[in-house]
Amino acid sequence: MTYTFDFGTLLPYWPQLLYACLLTLWLASTAVVCGFIIGIITVLARRSGVKVLRAIALSYIEIIRNTPFLVQVFFIFFGLPTVGISFTPWTAAFIALSLNCGAFSAEIIRGGVDAIPRGQFEAGAALGLTPLQVFRYIILKPALRVIYPALSGQFILALLTTSIVSSISAEELTSTAQLIDSDLFRSFEIYIVVTLLYLVLATIFSTIFKGIDRVFFSYPIK
Amino acid sequence: MIRDFGWFEVLSIIQGMGTTLALAAVAFIGGGVFGTAVALARSSAWKWLRIIAAAYIDFFQGTPMLMQLFLVYYGLPVFGIHVSAWTAVAIGLTFHASAFLGEIWRGGIQAVPKGQNEAASALGLGYVSRMRDVVLPQAIKLSFAPTVGFSVQLIKGTSLAAIIGFVELSRSAQIVASTTYKPLLAYGLAGACYFAICFPLSRVSAYYERRLALKT
Repeated sequence: MTYTFDFGTLLPYWPQLLYACLLTLWLASTAVVCGFIIGIITVLARRSGVKVLRAIALSYIEIIRNTPFLVQVFFIFFGLPTVGISFTPWTAAFIALSLNCGAFSAEIIRGGVDAIPRGQFEAGAALGLTPLQVFRYIILKPALRVIYPALSGQFILALLTTSIVSSISAEELTSTAQLIDSDLFRSFEIYIVVTLLYLVLATIFSTIFKGIDRVFFSYPIK
Repeated sequence: MIRDFGWFEVLSIIQGMGTTLALAAVAFIGGGVFGTAVALARSSAWKWLRIIAAAYIDFFQGTPMLMQLFLVYYGLPVFGIHVSAWTAVAIGLTFHASAFLGEIWRGGIQAVPKGQNEAASALGLGYVSRMRDVVLPQAIKLSFAPTVGFSVQLIKGTSLAAIIGFVELSRSAQIVASTTYKPLLAYGLAGACYFAICFPLSRVSAYYERRLALKT
């Protein structure tokens, strides 16, 4: 092996890399929150009495879940401008990731809603609650406990998925790594460091989520 | 020169679909072989083997797939191994698949009641026979749905090879988009191709998941 590793040349780039970590976290968290809201709306649409709404919600979920994120990003960033809708890379990344998270969240939330006995909805309706109130107090809150692990996993997944938006040069951790790479030509070292940064971020957050799970959702269920 | 979006373009995207399927198949088979080893290590009686397998799985589940591909693609030449983009991507995806399949199958192995393993042991069966004849056949049945589900994830994941420059479905759509200036059509068609492959698999996975849920 003739190659000598040199991680020292990366040192001056630390502030840039840390800032990129923050950008990645910001993108992932806003998209996950937005995706959760989209997910709730989608589940409501899937349960609605209007057939068209149900069909739209179902096709949205299936199309997003069965196509690669990369193609979704390209479609939004390169495809939509040809019909007059154009975004900055960051906005396109945010929209693509939110829509992606929305479809997966919808499936997770649906799983949680299905876990609640039907009698409870009927009891709620019998007590004179509006459908929205039934959804909020009787479905969403208990369901949240059931879906919490999957939902926190969704955040980690989104965190890792953000690396794909580097392909439309939205500014985050991976694109910053590519930028540094074009300065230094030390691809292997940079990608090792950045991979470890992702690993650290993912580990920190999954530890935090497990802690929250233990504190807030640990009391015996049923 | 701007080309029209004609049959040639459609064909090159469909050809990309073939490459995507081939890549996914190679990664799935390679990942299956190594994944079995990972699953067995993860559920073995030796503590160290379990810890190493767990670290291996955590690494692949805690880092972006794109970074894993980059590490293989830029890393192999550093160690004096020069391979084509095809091989690099196939190796990267195989590692990735082995970690995920390993974790799925570990779940399957551990879901088989412990008593069966002990009973087989009491009957004098060795480790190989115990696994091959008693535990694994049941574990495979239990983890069939998530395995098919992962294959969808893997097929979608092959699209990342496009970022390295490997010509598969996404990359051929990218090329068509830039030669015809019709990105909406090119990416739309690529998306439809992925959907045509992944949707049936997703349905199969959901069907078996439901069937298993009804049984238990």
